[in-house]
Amino acid sequence: MSTTWLSVPSGTRRRRNAISTFMLALTVLATLIAVTPLLFILGWLLIQGVRYLNLDFFLNDPAPIGEAGGGVRNGIIGTLIMSGIALLIAVPVGVLTGIFLAEYRGNPLATVVRFATDVLAGIPSIVVGIFVYTIIVLPRWFQGAAFSGFAGGVALAVIIIPILVRTTEEILRLVPGSIREAAAALGVPKWDYTLTVVVPSAFSGIATGIMLGLARAAGETAPLLLTALGNNFYNTKLDQPMAALSLQIFTYAIAPFEEGRRLAFAAAFVLIMLVLLVNIVTRYVFRVRSINL
Amino acid sequence: MTTHAPAADDAESAVVIDHLSCFYGAFRAVKEVSLRIPARQVTAIIGPSGTGKSTFLRSLNRMHEVARGARVTGTVQIKGVDIYDPAINVTDVRQRTGMIFQQPNPLRTMSIFENVAIGLRLERRLGRTEIADRVEACLRSAALWDEVKDKLRLSALALSGGQQQRLCIARTIATQPEVLLMDEPCSALDPIATLKIEELMDELKRDYTIVIVTHNMQQASRAADQTAMFMMDDDRAGHLVEYGPTQEIFTNPRDPRTESYITGKIG
Ligand SMILES: Nc1ncnc2c1ncn2[C@@H]1O[C@H](COP(=O)(O)OP(=O)(O)OP(=O)(O)O)[C@@H](O)[C@H]1O
Ligand SMILES: [Mg+2]
Repeated sequence: MSTTWLSVPSGTRRRRNAISTFMLALTVLATLIAVTPLLFILGWLLIQGVRYLNLDFFLNDPAPIGEAGGGVRNGIIGTLIMSGIALLIAVPVGVLTGIFLAEYRGNPLATVVRFATDVLAGIPSIVVGIFVYTIIVLPRWFQGAAFSGFAGGVALAVIIIPILVRTTEEILRLVPGSIREAAAALGVPKWDYTLTVVVPSAFSGIATGIMLGLARAAGETAPLLLTALGNNFYNTKLDQPMAALSLQIFTYAIAPFEEGRRLAFAAAFVLIMLVLLVNIVTRYVFRVRSINL
Repeated sequence: MTTHAPAADDAESAVVIDHLSCFYGAFRAVKEVSLRIPARQVTAIIGPSGTGKSTFLRSLNRMHEVARGARVTGTVQIKGVDIYDPAINVTDVRQRTGMIFQQPNPLRTMSIFENVAIGLRLERRLGRTEIADRVEACLRSAALWDEVKDKLRLSALALSGGQQQRLCIARTIATQPEVLLMDEPCSALDPIATLKIEELMDELKRDYTIVIVTHNMQQASRAADQTAMFMMDDDRAGHLVEYGPTQEIFTNPRDPRTESYITGKIG
């Protein structure tokens, strides 16, 4: 090719291409490093967990120590109940706080609340467990119960509130200002268009945040040790100690017998599948709405 | 320098602006504008970029207050009511003054119908059929009804840019505003859609007072009855240079800066 105004000296071009290839290789490498543990964990759980899975595992409660068989029915139910309580408490609090932080950014109170949320997000979960232990379990605040499913749910709520606040705030910031102007110019009061125009246009994002919170709640172990305690039997009463999948994984994994390891793997697999299932279902439900975002 | 429309007397002035200055924090964007905008006419605001045309327009329905630190001095009266009176509610001001933006901004989570109905919702007296009737009437006034009557339940995003802008106009006139404020409503549209909006303005001015900011000199000369020319000095504060009937401004401008601007020598 002859020299035209378009031609770049071949040395320059070769150097540019080399740098480009090198940077691409670096990013691919970084991605691989990041996803390797994830794939490894998922694969290992699949291999180890699926092997022991059968219908009985879902329908039975744990067998007495050392005996073969037994399942995690009570743990699945407990996890669902306590995560549900956590969402019931945390979604209104967290989402409304996130709305406040995003839509009333200039408010002096917003700065304080945002800082407090960051601090809360950084508190180790075992400390949250101790906190709830102190205010609910010890004084037997909930219907005279000490350790209870309710206390477990509250502890999980405290843990996921900052997640919901942060994701809600960030999603709402992505909503273009022209939408707010359009509504404001029509004379719609701010609280009104925030709830009827701004928040609905971010529904799918907020739902994703709630799912993140739910996944986190379902996987937490430490705060439940001091609040729900765990239970070897089937229980749906909120004022009784309650089992959870995460607690069962913990107990079985440190149990000094082979059967325990088997149960721990299977329970871990079930927990991950549960979270995945909820995620996929929500994504599917909100897919229709998210097209507009 | 005359800053008053010679023709317009008090009785037919829809908006009376007196010594209005607009500030963003310490920065004065608009300085000492006095102007009478006649009712049921189209008044164009022209002038180079950054001379405070949008700021001025937005101060007529207090939308500029959205920006932090924004404030005004002077007065704005719409139909005899001082809109900056502390006793006046800002949402009421905005409800009774319509605003059309440069980018069509339909509410995208809402259907075409809901987009027009949202302003009506604020008047709780209206029943379902009344709302439906008003929506139809507004869409007809905005010359959009025939194009959307079969897809009222579809998302407003399913419309073309020009249709979206007419939807915004329909949405705005649903609350029967005293004035329609338009900030470069056609700059995102093609010539055909632009012409449609201009025809529409001609229709609407039978019922409404229209103030339009435009960079398009032909548009101003075609569509406007009155024209106001904004300019800025070294202090970067925009101010009114000349105001009068459009024909006079375009054929016989009194101010040399107006002449150079409309003939394309500056701006
Ligand atoms: N939200 C804001 N905060 C601070 N300054 C602003 C804000 N909006 C506008 N300004 C300033 O006010 C001045 C006037 O801006 P304005 O948008 O009113 O000009 P304009 O005449 O509409 O310009 P254009 O023709 O480009 O739209 C500019 O100097 C601009 O930088
Ligand atoms: Mg402007």
